[in-house]
Amino acid sequence: MKDKAVAKKKHEPLFHVVKRDDLAWWQVWLIRGFTIVLGVLLVIFFSMMITGKSFDKTFDIMFRGVFGRLMKGSTTMLWKYLQEIAILLSLALALTPAFKMKFWNCGAEGQALMGGLASIMCMIELGDRLSYPVLICVIAITSILAGAIWGLIPAIFKALFGTNETLFTLMMNYIATQIIAYYVYIKGGGSNVINPVEAGNFPKVGNNDYFVNIVVVAAITLIMYIYLRSSKQGYEISVVGESQNTARYIGINVKKVIIRTMVISGALCGVTGMLLVAGKDHSINVNSVGGQGFTAILISWLGQFNPFIMAIMTAIVVFLRIGVAKVADTALLNSSFSEIMVGLVILMLVGCEFFVRYSIKFKRKKEAKA
Amino acid sequence: MKKLLAALLAVVMLFGLAACGTADEAGTAEGGEESTLKVGFIFLHDEQSTYDKNFMDAAKKACEEMGVDYAQKTQIPESKDCYDAAVELIEVDGCDIIFADSFGHESFLIDAAKEYPDVEFCHATGTQAHTANIANFHNAFASIYEGRYLAGVAAGLKLNEMIADGTITADKAKMGYVGAFTFAEVMSGYTSFYLGAKSVCPSVTMDVKFTGSWYDEQKEKEAAQALISGGCVLISQHADSMGAPTACETAGVPNVSYNGSTEAACPNTFIISSRIDWTPYFKYMIECVEKGEKIATDWTGTIETGSVALTALGAKAPAEGTAAKLEEVKAKLLDGSLHVFDTANYTVGGKKVESYKADVDTDKDFAKDTEVIEDGVFYESKHRSAPYFDDRIDGITLLDENYG
Repeated sequence: MKDKAVAKKKHEPLFHVVKRDDLAWWQVWLIRGFTIVLGVLLVIFFSMMITGKSFDKTFDIMFRGVFGRLMKGSTTMLWKYLQEIAILLSLALALTPAFKMKFWNCGAEGQALMGGLASIMCMIELGDRLSYPVLICVIAITSILAGAIWGLIPAIFKALFGTNETLFTLMMNYIATQIIAYYVYIKGGGSNVINPVEAGNFPKVGNNDYFVNIVVVAAITLIMYIYLRSSKQGYEISVVGESQNTARYIGINVKKVIIRTMVISGALCGVTGMLLVAGKDHSINVNSVGGQGFTAILISWLGQFNPFIMAIMTAIVVFLRIGVAKVADTALLNSSFSEIMVGLVILMLVGCEFFVRYSIKFKRKKEAKA
Repeated sequence: MKKLLAALLAVVMLFGLAACGTADEAGTAEGGEESTLKVGFIFLHDEQSTYDKNFMDAAKKACEEMGVDYAQKTQIPESKDCYDAAVELIEVDGCDIIFADSFGHESFLIDAAKEYPDVEFCHATGTQAHTANIANFHNAFASIYEGRYLAGVAAGLKLNEMIADGTITADKAKMGYVGAFTFAEVMSGYTSFYLGAKSVCPSVTMDVKFTGSWYDEQKEKEAAQALISGGCVLISQHADSMGAPTACETAGVPNVSYNGSTEAACPNTFIISSRIDWTPYFKYMIECVEKGEKIATDWTGTIETGSVALTALGAKAPAEGTAAKLEEVKAKLLDGSLHVFDTANYTVGGKKVESYKADVDTDKDFAKDTEVIEDGVFYESKHRSAPYFDDRIDGITLLDENYG
């Protein structure tokens, strides 16, 4: 009697959420692909509403903003687009080994800045003393070291004292920013700007400034893929990330892996700093990395720690960033518009992971009757 | 799966509809992008900064009045980003003139100018055009020291009024000045301001404090408060925030402002403000390109061109008769009978200055390279548009120094 009454009164919810792991890889990517298309359409739709321009026109502005007059044979903007991808991707790649180990390195910004600082110091102080090939080597070594040290410090504290790496790496960003500000203050004279330094610039390839940067990052992408997938160290990283106890049980020196991986992560951030300073700006300021160290965290996540998928994600995010900025500029909107729109798409992509991991079961009438 | 497909189709159709809805109205207004002249503007910040807003307003006004298209990029730092912005404005928007508004943009703009010889590049506040020898790269500034001088006259009259009504004695007529950095642009500004005040109130002295930043509201406020507690009875500033004016309003000390009127926030203490109006220069550069004429390598706007402007006087604070006196002095500046930096009107170390070498040409060592005094007048903005007066004259005390 009692049970029956309860069963009658029991109000079944409209839907409930069930965890699932039955999706094939192509279904997962269909969901993600659909989300990206929907996100881009939403961005265009919002842009249309605000600027009052047509769909074609809005997309045209975005496309031209990113690729310029590609159709008329000018590749200038295309190279710039590839360069922007290279920088963001290289930061994301740098973070990936640490993330795979579940070490939340939020310090890409600072590690890259320190790498950049090493580059600019070499360019200014040693520029007229060393021959070009030696100078480039010194720049590369010092930048990698500077980034690695900036990654090593929080790693040591984490490995030995169990400090919280998220806060630690974040704080290291602020220290790096202040050091850069001080250096610019010393070297910039009254204007607070370090004028572009001629010495130690990466060579142009066929009048192209960014070719070297793009090739370097392409190489890092490939190496990182192999390193994570096929090397013993890559496997150790996965195991430590899954469970430190398991790692210990099978004889992996967890402390060593943490420190080694963070040195690699920091060193790669240092490389990015070098690409920014020696390969692009030929100068430095506190905004040289421009917050991309944080966007890179998302890229690494969205790419599921797979370097090639990360490259595709970077291409999409950078396309939106530049394209929507162009839409905003054309309509004389505030530049924050672009940031809001990119944020929207990233938020949707993070949200869609919910549908990858869970399915929603709606209340069925048949079941209700039975 | 079918459901998913259906949903996808529905969304696509929805967007398709929306696209059709607006396509017709907007389609006609566009097009013909390359037929008319187009100007591309590069701004350091956006409309939130008084400095950039001053440029943005002028850009809009000048382009509308001249009937030309324009494109803009805001939040462009003083880095390679400036070069990239210039390239984008040329490659994507098809701009024929590029203008950048911040001192630090200069070197990056020069790089772009070398690469695009067919595009004209104009740069405000820069110093390198007259020596760089690049045909399509130009500097511009205004003789803002004349505006400062006039603002100084208004300040001097206010001091006279305070002496006359017994608020202070003549020997207590001390002004305070909040500057950003200890270099020529600021030094030229406060010296001309001081000389303006001294021309009507001979006993005036001035203390100067530097903040080390173009925009730091807290520091500017603290500097103004320090000056006031140090006995300054009138404050002026050369920095871009509301820090100093609001400190004055709170303390009830009269203020001579900069970049535009601050009367709305400081109704009781606002006297007057000088500013550079960039509209005349923008019109000039557009006109040159339209007519196929050469833009001046180094252009200096003056009171005559309308580049040096004063805001309306405040309603409460200014002394009586200020408007009439300002007209009189302005007329003298215009007809050339009055020079702001006439060496007869100031001394350095108790002596009249006969000769002065200024750092006019940009080089690594900041070498003093050019004789700037002729016939007893220090000619500011003659050898290049950006200010180079950096002498330290008697009557002005620098309480600190800050080179940034």
